[in-house]
Amino acid sequence: MHLNDPAIIQFLKWLGGLLTGDLGRSYSNNMPVADLIGRRLVNTLELGLVTAIVSVPLSLALGIAAAINQGTVYDRVVSTLTVGFISVPEFLIATAAQLIFAVYLKWLPALSLAADINSIGDLLRIYTMPVITLILVNSAQMIRMTRAAVIETLHTPYVEMALLKGASRGRMVFRHAVPNTLGPIFNAIALSLSYLLGGVIIVESIFNYPGIAKLMVDAVATRDLPLIQSCAMIFCIGYLVLVTVADIVAILSNPRLR
Amino acid sequence: MQELVKVRELKVDAKTDSGRLVEIIRNVSFDIFAGEVVALIGESGSGKTTIALTLMGYARPGCRISGGQVMFDDRDLVILPERERARLRGNEIAYIPQSAAAAFNPAKKIIDQVTEVGAIHKTISMDQARIKAVALFRALALPDPKTIGDRYPHQVSGGQLQRLAAAMALMSDPKLLIFDEPTTALDVTTQIEVLRAFKAVLAERNIAGVYVSHDLAVVAQIADRIIVLKNGEIQEVGKTEQIIKEPVHSYTRDLISAVEPASLRRDGDTTQSDSTILEVRNLVAGYGAKTDDGLPQVVAVKSVDINIPKGRNLGVVGESGSGKSTLARAVAGILPASSGTIIFDGSELALDVRQRSREALRQLQIVFQYADTSLNPARSIEDILARPLQFYHRMNGQSCAKRIDQLLDMVQLPRTVKFRLPSELSGGQKQRVNLARALAAEPKLILCDEVTSALDTVVAAAIIDLLKELQRELELSYLFISHDLSTVRAICDDVAIMLSGEKIEQTPPEKIGCPDAHPYSQLLFASVPKLDTGWLDALVQDPKLTEAFARRKGD
Amino acid sequence: MKATDAIPVASRRSRYKFNRVAIACFAVIIAWTLVAIFAPLVVRYPIGKIVDYNYFGPISWNFWMGTDYLGRDMFSRIIMGARFTVGISLIAVLIACFNGVVVGMMAAVVGGWFDTIVSRVMDALISIPSKLFGLVVVAGAGSSLPVLVLTLAVIYTPGSYRFARAFAVNINTMDYITVARARGERLGYIIRSEILPNILAPILADFGLRFVYIVLLLSGLSFLGVGVQPPNADWGALVRENLDGLSFGAPAVMFPSLAIATLTISVNLLIDNLPQKIRDRSE
Repeated sequence: MHLNDPAIIQFLKWLGGLLTGDLGRSYSNNMPVADLIGRRLVNTLELGLVTAIVSVPLSLALGIAAAINQGTVYDRVVSTLTVGFISVPEFLIATAAQLIFAVYLKWLPALSLAADINSIGDLLRIYTMPVITLILVNSAQMIRMTRAAVIETLHTPYVEMALLKGASRGRMVFRHAVPNTLGPIFNAIALSLSYLLGGVIIVESIFNYPGIAKLMVDAVATRDLPLIQSCAMIFCIGYLVLVTVADIVAILSNPRLR
Repeated sequence: MQELVKVRELKVDAKTDSGRLVEIIRNVSFDIFAGEVVALIGESGSGKTTIALTLMGYARPGCRISGGQVMFDDRDLVILPERERARLRGNEIAYIPQSAAAAFNPAKKIIDQVTEVGAIHKTISMDQARIKAVALFRALALPDPKTIGDRYPHQVSGGQLQRLAAAMALMSDPKLLIFDEPTTALDVTTQIEVLRAFKAVLAERNIAGVYVSHDLAVVAQIADRIIVLKNGEIQEVGKTEQIIKEPVHSYTRDLISAVEPASLRRDGDTTQSDSTILEVRNLVAGYGAKTDDGLPQVVAVKSVDINIPKGRNLGVVGESGSGKSTLARAVAGILPASSGTIIFDGSELALDVRQRSREALRQLQIVFQYADTSLNPARSIEDILARPLQFYHRMNGQSCAKRIDQLLDMVQLPRTVKFRLPSELSGGQKQRVNLARALAAEPKLILCDEVTSALDTVVAAAIIDLLKELQRELELSYLFISHDLSTVRAICDDVAIMLSGEKIEQTPPEKIGCPDAHPYSQLLFASVPKLDTGWLDALVQDPKLTEAFARRKGD
Repeated sequence: MKATDAIPVASRRSRYKFNRVAIACFAVIIAWTLVAIFAPLVVRYPIGKIVDYNYFGPISWNFWMGTDYLGRDMFSRIIMGARFTVGISLIAVLIACFNGVVVGMMAAVVGGWFDTIVSRVMDALISIPSKLFGLVVVAGAGSSLPVLVLTLAVIYTPGSYRFARAFAVNINTMDYITVARARGERLGYIIRSEILPNILAPILADFGLRFVYIVLLLSGLSFLGVGVQPPNADWGALVRENLDGLSFGAPAVMFPSLAIATLTISVNLLIDNLPQKIRDRSE
């Protein structure tokens, strides 16, 4: 412990430890940071993964459908709802979900306690609310960006050319427009999943979900620097991985860059 | 002969930004007979493309067919359900777009796009479609017919893409082929090959064609009949020979006189001058970071010399990629040359615009091709013209306002335009404002970079007349950059011809294309379409020569 | 599309016609701004004073929005909360957009190494998730109003920079900029008179969006307990304080949530319903 050193020295020492695989020790309970993080990181990844698996296909489908039916009632409903969801803070959606499912309907518990999982039913009950909240927040962003990207491509001369070749609307969209929107769409996905990182922070602390974000928020309350630094680093790495994957996909989908 | 297409009382509406409906096609009626090629001729805004697209039962977003009939083979495309129309499109009626580069999907291989018509209409198996495509590539004189389809659109040159688009249109053996300005984006030497390919295919397969163009000389080579359009209405219809030789309508006559090579300059104006306004020696310029040998990564101008006597004009002609525009930018200093000397009115200029004195900058002005992008859309014409007056002459208030009125008079614009924004003017008016801004500096030399290329022929001819008139009054010199030989011949005392960054020849305009000229100049001169129906068929060109220069142009 | 050339240009005013949704949204935004400015005149009780024995009291004639977990008047707390939410966000977004736009335009026009370095630094900043950045800074520097404002401004400067730079880069390739350079104009004139007027509309739209992001982040941070500190409270902190009332649907949780939602949704809808002419340029 170097609690008496200036902050910058402490940070440098922590960085030095990082190189040898040592994340340091928590100030508040003197446990190795790596031990504190381990299981909780897995919990958070599970949460993120489940959200991504549901929200990515869902938003692509809804976004593309809105683009094809631009200007129809369906499009307007989707657009209005998504504006609503991206305009309110995550915690409002989370509290609204709690209010509806836990308070009024009493279907689900207000808090997630991963400790006592005994059946698939328990599992569902624990994950459902955090996942629903994250999906709502996340999909709204992705649907908007997907819709914008597809609409832009639908106005290009090569899609008009496909129409003049006699292609059906479906063919114009899926054979001509969508392949050219893969780059922007994957960018949208990466961006949305990085918002997911922010959403996770709120959702975990509202539902008391034992993940790494909750750990970090608690660490901030106690000013436990080694723990905060390690958690922050993990989040940044997660973001960089997402952005890099999106860039690679964009390059692969464009013959000019390949 | 039997009519293939009958258009009756066709009307098309378009919705403006403010939501008003405007009729852009008014009561248009015409016929197309089987195997006949009909040209739709007109300037921008005449509705020629809109009419051509209605022949496929299609109107662009924002437009709507509001009345009339478009009968194709006794089916009315206006009332046919969309599904039935789709069955005709690409199958019995095919379309060749203006810019094949934009119309090919960048993410898919060419062969897949060419054969897609077969997949859509299920007329042919994929294997047979491939064989047929390769045969079409060969018929259209494309290089490497077997493998060219495996490339992506960005890996093929513009002229080749245009022919690939034709192959795509011919896949289904259509009865009617619509050409939408298919050669407008091409260089003249390339245009000839593409035109020949089109003409041969149409004749051989007895396909009817609609050829949309603004260029009478090109249309004269390929069309049997011509329909002249203006503001969405038919002005005149007639056999090609008749329209060209004995036009009836005054608008047709205007179009023809604008195409006719204007009288060479030198109209008595031979005042010899002994002093030089601009002398350029060994100018090298290009793009990208400097490499080890001190040259830029891409060298666009390779050691060029030019010399312009006071009060005279030099034209610089070349095809795309010849370095002519780079030359103008290097002289203006916007793209600093990497080496060479620029002597302006007796004193040497710095190569970089930032190191030139305000006085030197004032005397040398540049005017660009696209009037749209040359005028700041957020500022009024008055502001635009006032800036050089304040900047170079420190004029303010009354004197400035007076001078703006004078400038507008000089370029023959009404004084009231000064309260307008650029977007409220027509293309020709914008180009006049553009000129007025250059004149405001009271320059000795104006660099004109393709100033008439983006304009309709009639408007362009008027701008050329204006340039000549200004020169008589103001003792100006022009360095006139253009891809269009006849424009340059109309205004210049001397013409320099550029090919891949080098000046290969400089001659007086009347000597261009003479037997003793450089072979490339001859080729270039011979490739300019003439207003004569037999010109293309009579044109004899050495294919080896063409190919050699095409290669030298370097893709 | 050639044919549209023939369409006569409509008068300048008719192209900037606002629709009803936009006007309604604008009214909501103005209303909240006025509330924030004149808050002290509107409040009915001092915000820190416990005025009711009942906690989580219902809506009544005395307490228009009920009472909070200590029995304080919610109406007064929300009115004063507007000062924090709207005020902090507005100052932060002004700083972020001013810096972002000025530096962005400079980078676009100057180019070269200046552009490269600034852009790399901004890329690095933008790659830190915003909530995380906020949490870490507050953990390090403690939570005070200046720290909050500056943190929010720093987090949203790179986005504004990128947006302005992208537009300015496009404008910078226009011939009228080249003409200005060939005339010998200096950097300041080119930025101020040639570029700025052409990117103003999209910049204003972006300003609105960024304001929403900042309101959301500020509320989120306050909700996590690292934003505005007691006894003061912005809307996010009000939701957090009264979260326990959620299980019986207390108005003390509902009203601050509604306040946030009306403000952010109004700004977003206003931007979505801007006249086509302005939106065209902002996409």
